[in-house]
Amino acid sequence: MSEYQLQEVPVGPYKHLVSERAISGETMLLNMGPQHPSTHGVLRLLLELDGEVIINCIPDFGFLHTGIEKNMEAKTYQKAEVMSDRLDYMNNMGNNLAYVMAIEKLVDLDVPPRAQALRVILTELQRIASHLVWLGTAGLDLAAMSVFLYCFRERELILDIFEMVSGQRMMVTYFRPGGVWRDVPVEFESAVRNFIKIFPKRIDEYEALLTKNPLWLDRMVGIGKLDAATALQHGVTGPMLRASGVNWDLRKVRPYCGYEQYDFNIPTETKGDTYARYIVRVQELRESLKIVEQALNKLPMGPVRSDNRKFVPPPRSEIGTSMESLIHHFKLWTEGFPAPKASVYSAVESPRGELGVYLEGDGGPKPYRVHWRTPSFDNLSVLSKIVKGHLVADLIAILASVDIVLGDIDR
Amino acid sequence: MGVEQKLGNMGMVTTTLESAVNWARTNAMWPMLFGLACCAIEMMSAQAADYDMSRFGMELMRASPRQSDLMIVAGRVSRKMAPVLRRLYDQMPEPKWVIAMGDCASCGGVFNNYAIVQGVDEVVPVDVYVAGCPPRPEALIHGVLTLFEKVKGEKFTDLAKA
Repeated sequence: MSEYQLQEVPVGPYKHLVSERAISGETMLLNMGPQHPSTHGVLRLLLELDGEVIINCIPDFGFLHTGIEKNMEAKTYQKAEVMSDRLDYMNNMGNNLAYVMAIEKLVDLDVPPRAQALRVILTELQRIASHLVWLGTAGLDLAAMSVFLYCFRERELILDIFEMVSGQRMMVTYFRPGGVWRDVPVEFESAVRNFIKIFPKRIDEYEALLTKNPLWLDRMVGIGKLDAATALQHGVTGPMLRASGVNWDLRKVRPYCGYEQYDFNIPTETKGDTYARYIVRVQELRESLKIVEQALNKLPMGPVRSDNRKFVPPPRSEIGTSMESLIHHFKLWTEGFPAPKASVYSAVESPRGELGVYLEGDGGPKPYRVHWRTPSFDNLSVLSKIVKGHLVADLIAILASVDIVLGDIDR
Repeated sequence: MGVEQKLGNMGMVTTTLESAVNWARTNAMWPMLFGLACCAIEMMSAQAADYDMSRFGMELMRASPRQSDLMIVAGRVSRKMAPVLRRLYDQMPEPKWVIAMGDCASCGGVFNNYAIVQGVDEVVPVDVYVAGCPPRPEALIHGVLTLFEKVKGEKFTDLAKA
């Protein structure tokens, strides 16, 4: 057991990060986390307080370090995909998408249009699900319990759709290099249509509870202001950046998966405070729903996987009749496919910002290096700047509005 | 309904102190509000409207280990987190139980590497393991009910020995 005894942490290593007054004992050092209901995971914040005012905030993370990047190097390209699900666990479809897009770029693989449209529908549903978890937990942090129950009720509808297509609620691994795992079942369309029908009213319901609620406004307006220049310096992306007045969304500026054919807006706010971030995310719920509806209306028929047998396994039905298919199946699942000695970067707009994957091949069937550029990490880097001068209670609201996922930060 | 049917004409019921205490414990078990990773989201789902764990007397998640009886280790435990987990367990008052939720907490799951503790039973004693990556909310509720069965069979003499 001795290996797992907690050691006392002296101030020494943090001396250069706190002010002189902390050393003399004039201000107080307070440890928040790693077990704290409002840190959205296992984040430790070392706070230097003058009374209740935050002078310094030092995030300490790595409590969820999982070695995902290293583990991916030990697996073939297809098998490493299951690791990507567990990275940012609110955005499983989006992680899969970033990873398979990188492989497709590396080995130059085409994706059929039906698979592209399915990818758009499912990643947008995932964005809605992620924002719902955010809204629910942010509400919970600020003591709005009922919003949590409403948000999770709608999230279950989305998870039912995911389970229908992939067999899993969260760790879907549904997108595969060259397309998707298999075609969606016939009930898929009616389930998504049902969701499209009821969800706008439900967003109105959340907004009726929160948007003009004086308590919600008191806790949020003018809290944690982030100006555009600082945001850009820190590499902040996603709703946080858009709430600070920068209109930057990868779906518009660098379209992938055919996003250019859908008509949607990028919600932007200028104030850059916690409330602006809330407004941006709630509007994104509506915009994502618009995309889902358009993509479902023009969902083309046809194959859902590329027929390039060097990279995509043949359908099960072919294996019994074709010797060549059997060989391909055997080769792909025992040794994988070789990727050229090259490096690629592919990025998607996750619910939190730019989620990128840098993939380096060495000619063999396993990646030489996989690096994830995760949005939560960069968004968290700005935290210590925006909480200065606020009260401890405001830190809770600010941290909630940053929408961090610790699996994404520590990976 | 319920207990009245068992009371009979005398308005009383005979039992042992042991089973009365164990019955009481299973009906007001307070889990700690403690999430680590993906499984924590499913734990939240289990608390939310669709699955509603409060049907089993589990609605009150306590943010402090000092007020909780049950630790649900929901997610992967890294080597950096393990000492913190142990400290939290030590802070919980007796009697206390632990559920290892998910494959990572049970055995390391898909992460057989340098960073993850290969099963949380290396750090704290575990009563019930719940399989799945992540387990469905129903699976967690089943795990909780399995723990209740275990608690109902506990003997005071065993507790005194521990």
